[in-house]
Amino acid sequence: MERKKLSIVCFSGDFDKALAAFTLATGAAAVNWEVKMFFTFWGLNILKRKTGRSWIGSGILARVFNFLMGGKKTLPLSRLNFGGVSPLLMTGMMKKNNVATLDELIDAAKELNIDFVACEMAMHILGVKQEDLDGHVKDVAGVATFLDVSKDAHIVFI
Amino acid sequence: MLHSIDITKERCPMTMVKVKLKLSQIEKGDMLDVLLAEGEPLQSVPRTAEEQGHHVEEIRKEGAYYHVMIRK
Repeated sequence: MERKKLSIVCFSGDFDKALAAFTLATGAAAVNWEVKMFFTFWGLNILKRKTGRSWIGSGILARVFNFLMGGKKTLPLSRLNFGGVSPLLMTGMMKKNNVATLDELIDAAKELNIDFVACEMAMHILGVKQEDLDGHVKDVAGVATFLDVSKDAHIVFI
Repeated sequence: MLHSIDITKERCPMTMVKVKLKLSQIEKGDMLDVLLAEGEPLQSVPRTAEEQGHHVEEIRKEGAYYHVMIRK
């Protein structure tokens, strides 16, 4: 039987939206869908090797942007962020209720062989190189490649 | 060979993820005993196992939970 395909565009770098993207991705892969996640703009923050705030990137503006945006540990909640306290509280609530945390979902996505693809254009703007990103990122690609690999897939934009 | 996994404490999507990963680790012909709760896991685990070409041999209620026996 041919596997169904799902491509998720991870545009947002919000904590809650990243959770939604990885929940959908891992859930689909668990029921045998072929899943690709395409990370662009703020979504790249989820994949940075430096999970806190760091001055990566080339050029002063890019470095300031990357510092302010931070990485996986500094993703803001899209509402009621309260200066970054809420994502920590939310993670605590998730653990208490046996719900997978963002780290656990990302690890599961890797174990399920979900492809992570990083947007070449957004990386160029932000001066982020592939070595700045998680080692699971196998490809850096543009929209044409994304559309080509997703041509018979469901596409979700988060 | 008989393997077992308890997903009664897991929540969506890790219920399905744990079963999928466990099934990928065992040999063809082996049996996996999945202990799960009613509701979404009881509905989804047997259905998706069958969809992926595995065989659900038995679903047995034990106390508040269910054993779903899947032959890979």
